[in-house]
Amino acid sequence: MAKFEFNDDGVVVIIGSGAGGGTMAHELTRRGIRVVLLEAGKRESLASFSQVPNEAFAQLTWLDPRTSSGDWAPAKTNPGLPAWLSKTVGGTTTHWGAVTPRISPWETRARTTYGEVKGTSLIDWPIAHEELLKYYALAEERMCVTRRAGNPGLPASNHFKVMHAGARKTGYQRVHSGYVAINSRAQDGRGFCIQQGFCVQGCKMGAKWSTLYTEIPRAEATGRLDLRIQSMVTRIDHGADGRVNAVVYRDANGAEQRQKARVVCVAGNALETARLLLLSESGKFSRGLANSSDQVGRNYCHHVLNFTVASFEKPVYMWRGTSQAGLVEDEAINDPKRGFAGGYFIELVGFDLGSLPLAALPYGWGRDYASFMDGYRNMAAVMIVGEDMPRPDNRITLSRTAKDAHGLPVAHVHVDEHANDIAMREHGQRQCRRVMEGAGAKRVVHSEGSPFATHNLGTARMSTDPRDGVTNAWGQTHDVRNLFISDGSVFSSAAAANPTLTIVALALRQAEHISREMTARNI
Amino acid sequence: MSSTDVVGRRGFLKVTGVLTGYLAAGSPLALLAPSRAWALDLMALTSEQGAALLTMARTILPHDGLENAAYAAVVHSADADAARDAAARKSYSDGIASLGGGFASASEEQRVAALKKIEPSAFFQQFRVKALSVLYSTPFAYAHFGYEGEAFSKGGYLTRGFNDLRWLPEVPLSDAGPMPGTAS
Repeated sequence: MAKFEFNDDGVVVIIGSGAGGGTMAHELTRRGIRVVLLEAGKRESLASFSQVPNEAFAQLTWLDPRTSSGDWAPAKTNPGLPAWLSKTVGGTTTHWGAVTPRISPWETRARTTYGEVKGTSLIDWPIAHEELLKYYALAEERMCVTRRAGNPGLPASNHFKVMHAGARKTGYQRVHSGYVAINSRAQDGRGFCIQQGFCVQGCKMGAKWSTLYTEIPRAEATGRLDLRIQSMVTRIDHGADGRVNAVVYRDANGAEQRQKARVVCVAGNALETARLLLLSESGKFSRGLANSSDQVGRNYCHHVLNFTVASFEKPVYMWRGTSQAGLVEDEAINDPKRGFAGGYFIELVGFDLGSLPLAALPYGWGRDYASFMDGYRNMAAVMIVGEDMPRPDNRITLSRTAKDAHGLPVAHVHVDEHANDIAMREHGQRQCRRVMEGAGAKRVVHSEGSPFATHNLGTARMSTDPRDGVTNAWGQTHDVRNLFISDGSVFSSAAAANPTLTIVALALRQAEHISREMTARNI
Repeated sequence: MSSTDVVGRRGFLKVTGVLTGYLAAGSPLALLAPSRAWALDLMALTSEQGAALLTMARTILPHDGLENAAYAAVVHSADADAARDAAARKSYSDGIASLGGGFASASEEQRVAALKKIEPSAFFQQFRVKALSVLYSTPFAYAHFGYEGEAFSKGGYLTRGFNDLRWLPEVPLSDAGPMPGTAS
């Protein structure tokens, strides 16, 4: 592994090693570019992943405090942990469910497709969908996505048999074991899925794609990656010319370090990315770095998420098998007759015993609750993942009350749901009930939203007009030419698809652009 | 280690109460344990407070066949919070006092009524979430609910029943995929 000097101003500094940052590190280093990759967390491995769910949660999760407000569920159920994401090398690609549908063409034209939706800040994406398709194909091949790129689907688990039977009875046509970035056969130097049901705890087979054991070791093998773990970035500095020139961080011992940089890519997940830009305010950028539009942190989207759990007369054993290998695509359409704009996916979601009550059944107690839990062997669970509406005041700001270990204000997350989000959730609940009853469910229970966000989007969004967003179509900030955003923050709108595939596709495209611009000495 | 560390450690280890019980004779865990008797030392709560919390956990999540030892794990976690933090200790003391003296020996109907009264309180809600997060992660709960746990060490569920459900139609191959290792 390479080691570069702090005053080496020829390196690209990438902040965050997840889907966006880890992919960028590989793509830039393999093109001959020297990269310093700063990761706040530690480095785990297939061997070190804990298989005790509580321990695994603590091992991989970003547990530093946050604060939250608004009428969304996390502000009530988990105000100090409103978003469940990771702080470890590989970021959320260590714990994700690996669900990888694509964004649809009409979703990239959200404002045009939906028209004016009151109380939203909808815009169209500045990228044509045809352009995205090329990078989707590359990303799917890279990530070994099932049912894409010539890969077979995963075999049907008990849990998926329930979903499939119920969905077909409901009249759905596009029902299958999912597009997942999980090996259905051994390839890419990694084994195939052995149906452990421990996707979220870290896949000890390495069958699930994660930058931890794909992109990052490949970047290291080029001899051009300097990965620094337990390195928490506190600000990005710029010179008199307005270009960024250094990144300041605390190392594993808490000592402050300053790494010079030619280009900086921020990929800290939409909460931390927005926080870091806001923390990096200066005389020149008084509202925060790259924030002349006042759009940094705004338009925060997190998807309409809702869980439906059902009990049946006979055993399902939903914990046996790949957690999320089941998908219904029929509702991922825009049909205003349903009473809302945008669409949603219905996705299978298996839970270990400890996680089920916390994630999907966080309310209630007493005989009624316990009797439902007693049916754990006979349960099935699905969730909806749908497009939520961007709103200017749903935003990340710097907390006025809480500070982190370094004395810096933590991210505050405010969300008030839009009527469109609520209408979609209610439709999703009705449809998920029909699916479960179609398979013979005796009892069906819904959550009311998700107790935490997992898909964090939009807080530094791409826009054609610099007044509407933070970056251009390359994730390059409108204000600072050599500052890039390389994670889900750049989504111009949420769309319905789980975001990781699109984050990787955009990173593949951005890396080409950065490489080209560096060669042309434009940055 | 300095002498103050020793004093601090002794102070921390001072036992303030104890909970005891027996594993049910038929419990699969009784076969593995050296003795059916169990005892939990409390480091901040009294025996009476511990007993009240154990009963409270059982009333919140009443699984009749589930060992008291599982509910004692919830009390153990609450006691650890109280030992770490004076504010938490006061919150538990005040909260338990608000249940009234005879709570641990009251009928389930009376206990439910007492908890309904304090349901909106932070004490109740925090303890409810603690009970949810601890109880279902105990080995006793795994045994009670038939949850088989981690599978990596056994080769996953691929050959151990991930697709053994027969009470619904099989999924056509076109909507799923082949078993890995077979021709695709």
